[in-house]
Amino acid sequence: MAQAAQIEPSRPLPVAPAEAVRMAVRTTAVDAVGLEERAASLAKRSIKRDAKLWALDLAIRSMDLTTLEGSDTVGKIVAICAKAVRPNPLDPSIPPVAAVCLYPQLVPVALEQLEGTGVNVASVAGGFPSGLGPLGARLQEIRDVAATGAHEIDIVLNRSLFLGGRYAQAFEELVAAREAAGAAHLKVILETGELGSYDRVRQASMLAMAAGADFIKTSTGKIGTNATLPVALCMLEAARDFHRETGRPIGIKVAGGVRAAKQAIQYLVLVHETLGADWMTPDRFRIGASSLLNDVLMQIEKERTGRYAGPDYFTID
Amino acid sequence: MADERLPVRRTAKLFIGGEFPRSESGRSYEVFDADGELLAWASRASRKDLRDAVRAARAAQSGWAAKTAFNRAQILYRVAELMEGRRIQFERELRDAGAEDPVRGVSAAIDRWVWYAGWADKIHQIQGASNPVAGPYFNFTIPEPTGVVGIVAPQDQSLLGLVSRVAPAIVSGNTAVVLASERSPLPAVSLGEVLATSDVPAGVVNILTGFSAELVPWLAGHMDVNALDATGVPDELQAQVEELSAENVKRVHRAPEADPFDEVAQSPYEVTAFVEYKTVWHPMGA
Repeated sequence: MAQAAQIEPSRPLPVAPAEAVRMAVRTTAVDAVGLEERAASLAKRSIKRDAKLWALDLAIRSMDLTTLEGSDTVGKIVAICAKAVRPNPLDPSIPPVAAVCLYPQLVPVALEQLEGTGVNVASVAGGFPSGLGPLGARLQEIRDVAATGAHEIDIVLNRSLFLGGRYAQAFEELVAAREAAGAAHLKVILETGELGSYDRVRQASMLAMAAGADFIKTSTGKIGTNATLPVALCMLEAARDFHRETGRPIGIKVAGGVRAAKQAIQYLVLVHETLGADWMTPDRFRIGASSLLNDVLMQIEKERTGRYAGPDYFTID
Repeated sequence: MADERLPVRRTAKLFIGGEFPRSESGRSYEVFDADGELLAWASRASRKDLRDAVRAARAAQSGWAAKTAFNRAQILYRVAELMEGRRIQFERELRDAGAEDPVRGVSAAIDRWVWYAGWADKIHQIQGASNPVAGPYFNFTIPEPTGVVGIVAPQDQSLLGLVSRVAPAIVSGNTAVVLASERSPLPAVSLGEVLATSDVPAGVVNILTGFSAELVPWLAGHMDVNALDATGVPDELQAQVEELSAENVKRVHRAPEADPFDEVAQSPYEVTAFVEYKTVWHPMGA
């Protein structure tokens, strides 16, 4: 496989390595009670009718339609790609999703299916979901996926190093991954359910952003605790502060456990209230989900027809 | 020390997915007895409560249908046992609602529940068939539950009428979203409490109290409701219900006109009103 040739020369890091680790370790502590209260109060915002339809449309355009099962087959990827391009076959006014997210082996299938549609192909890599394989193999996996032509690569933070206090080493791994990903859009999964506290989430966010991540992402979806509103808010605030400090905009991806349209709208409210209207775009906000899409379609149907929709009338993934 | 203690009054709540929430809208309405005295405040369900109830019913449906028919019969029989234990409460509620003979009303409701429970493992025999076909196939037909059934319970006979609609719907493996009698919802609320303490899985029966005119159109229009028992739908809404139900081709059924105490009011055809027939062509050696 021809690799390396497509990989661009490394981009300059947003901050110097020594500064990056200091940023992560010395970041301000998070007020957990305040954070949860603010997330809860923002979640109560009432978004109705036209605003709701607009939000649901954005939720679809920002969606990474995901399938990360060991049982994924070529047939399933073909089906999911068709759904990504035209979520509701009966309704051309529904926009395509942002990307399809899958395992590396299935990237060529998705690339072929999605060619010319504008829907990106995102692949997990780097020893997903634990990120604890040999470093060389993990980096090689990222290089391979980039060489295959995936537009976006979702890697995992090495939580073992990070939680063990070896911030510099975790940082260096992320920088190496950034280098290996080349031109591909890099999303770093923090797996917040394993980090234990909001302080840790904020530190990990800072570390990943300083290492050159284009996006920071909440979860793999492979453990019990997935994305929650307070955790997302914590990461959004970290991204806001990082943007103020360095001028570099970082995207946020919420993943795992987002099944209802209502949740998606709550996350959009958090993003809007924390980072502003500039982030209300698929370039800077993503939702990784599989079953969410049908619920959003059902909500759109309900808004349009004035009757509650049923799952029998939508395609199964 | 005063002997008089403060009365502990019951708040009549909804019954959704095995739980007793108040209406998400926070609304309630007054329930009066036959003499016009205030009896209680009942929850006034909103369309969102109805949506939640349908979701609970849908979630419970496959598991309920997957139980063996014999097991469903046992579970439903136990509901009758527990109703017997709450007889005094039901009688009082029927008396408050103005029933002429509350004792007879409760007895008939319990008997009807038992009668329908017995059909769980018999409906297949009388409605299933093996069909003669011109080919090397064993061809047979079996009844299967329709799915989620919306039930608008009759306004009169708030217990017997309710039982006569709910029991035949769920015995075959359907789950139900029930709109209780608007005027006298309390026996339905008590039935919910009986169901919650029996072995009927959460979500198999969901009971909403409130205004029919508000809720019926949402129930009839819901695309995830497969059938509707429109027995208690007010006359002025009947046409609208038919129209809304047509959108996803809901089965719409009404109880036959008969004295609810009469034996003709209970029939296996009330069970088969909410089943679908599946025919299987099974190849076999010529």
